[in-house]
Amino acid sequence: MTVRIAGGQGFYGDTPASVAPLLEAGVDYLCLEALAELTLAILQKDRQRDETRGYTRDLQQYLASALPAVASGRTKVITNAGGINPTAAARAAVEAARGLGLSGLKIATVLGDDLMNRVGELRDAGETMAHTDTGAGFDEFPGEPLFASAYLGARPIADALAQGADVVITGRVADAALFLGPLAFEHGWSFDDWDRLAAGTLVGHLLECSGQSAGGNFSGVGWWDQPHPWDLPYPIAEVDADGTAVITKPATSGGRVTFDTVRQQLLYEVHDPTAYLSPDVVADFTTAAFEDLGNDRVRVVGVRGRPATPTYKALLAHRAGWAGETRVAFSWPDAYEKAKVAAAIFKTRVEAAGLPVEEWCFEYWGVDALGGPTVPYPSTAGCEPADCGLRVAWRCDDAKVAALVGREMVPLTLSGPSAGLTGMGRGMGGGGASELLGIWPTLVDKNLVDAHVTVAVEEV
Amino acid sequence: MARLQLRELCGYRAGDKGDISNVAIFADDEETYVVLVREVTAARVKEHFTSMVTGDVTRYEAPNVLGLNFVMQGALGGGGPRSLRSDNLGKTLGGALVRLEIEVPDSMAGRRRPRPDVAWADTILDS
Repeated sequence: MTVRIAGGQGFYGDTPASVAPLLEAGVDYLCLEALAELTLAILQKDRQRDETRGYTRDLQQYLASALPAVASGRTKVITNAGGINPTAAARAAVEAARGLGLSGLKIATVLGDDLMNRVGELRDAGETMAHTDTGAGFDEFPGEPLFASAYLGARPIADALAQGADVVITGRVADAALFLGPLAFEHGWSFDDWDRLAAGTLVGHLLECSGQSAGGNFSGVGWWDQPHPWDLPYPIAEVDADGTAVITKPATSGGRVTFDTVRQQLLYEVHDPTAYLSPDVVADFTTAAFEDLGNDRVRVVGVRGRPATPTYKALLAHRAGWAGETRVAFSWPDAYEKAKVAAAIFKTRVEAAGLPVEEWCFEYWGVDALGGPTVPYPSTAGCEPADCGLRVAWRCDDAKVAALVGREMVPLTLSGPSAGLTGMGRGMGGGGASELLGIWPTLVDKNLVDAHVTVAVEEV
Repeated sequence: MARLQLRELCGYRAGDKGDISNVAIFADDEETYVVLVREVTAARVKEHFTSMVTGDVTRYEAPNVLGLNFVMQGALGGGGPRSLRSDNLGKTLGGALVRLEIEVPDSMAGRRRPRPDVAWADTILDS
């Protein structure tokens, strides 16, 4: 048996237009991955404003496209769109089904990833909750957590499917687990069959960023001449019971699936490729063999896995001050020099105005805004830019101060020394401040989390 | 020996986790991969990024895809939701890495990847 599984969403903001071509191509599972680290922060702000929010609200658009096919038994939907409020997301899914006049659908909700109200209890149970990357102890955590979520694995998803679910809505699960769950369920893989779990995890890793394995964000030769690239490519995997998979895409969509497009995704957001840590398995991505079969088909075979670790990754966030920014542009000649002089005047005026800034970020667009110190300008490039955009961003402890800082740029329109200053679009005044959040990755004993993981199935 | 920018030799992709950026580069062939392994050390990459990357750089090899993966700590100005940078997720750091010049054997000195032909885009934009 071969299971056809698709990556129909790669982030909150991706397009539900992915769904129709994938359903037309025929997929047993449509997996919608909606959560980046940043997304939880956005959802946290949503939930702060409205307790019924906290999930990715494009879920209903995705479901509007997908649910008719689900109701007719052609596909099932697995998504982590629940964010930090899966119960509310499930309610939205039920509404979407009713709105379409569909019935008989089973919608499952996976809970238990949310550790927000359990941090004290976990600490009491002996969890250090130290920062994984910096090693900082939890006593250094700044203020109160804004959210705290564990990355669950594939098991509760497989459990939900075993209970007959047609739609599975989770909160924070590891991205690849959205795909491993249905694959383990369909193929009957046991959760200690490490090589199979590694294979399913690798498939998930290759599909979870939607277009990125099918020509999106591709830097190899030929990135510029992909077939009708406006028909954005969303990937499909055909996965056999032994874990062998073929990565492909709908024939009607644009893009390209080749060894080169797939291998670039293999290492995306990976640290040690010999030990890709997921909640379900430690996969060695360097053991996978790739064969380009042509016609947008790449076979992946042979990936090996080792036993999973005893901990889940968890992510917490804390407040980190307020940001503002302003943007102005300068013309040739001496565009870069003008920008630097204006930046210096601006910074001095902000200080003179008594507005405390904790951190500055000066970017010179057209010179080195993105490349920073890797750009040799101007010592060796010898080529003067035709124009230069100055973007200044700042961090303040106080929101009101952050909003006021940008005002100091505006009078330079007439009173700065640099002939040729203009606004860049509408960015000059800086507008309001936006809140910054710090991210705190940590590890939590699986037993302490699993005891609270539940799967609820509701029939519409 | 000759000097050549990495852009002539490999593709690239960057990703983020917290304040860590990983940039992977992918050789077009085995011969190139051997040169990359020798030349593009973690220390070279750390030196290339200087003030953009405040922490350690670790290199991992993925010979099955002729890839090298550089994991750079303190690379994103505090991490996505905290960074003041336009590119708060470091999506462009792959391009920044392939600006690096390395020593290559004379036999590879003339390597030049094809440059984009985007006449089709001009056609659309001019219509």
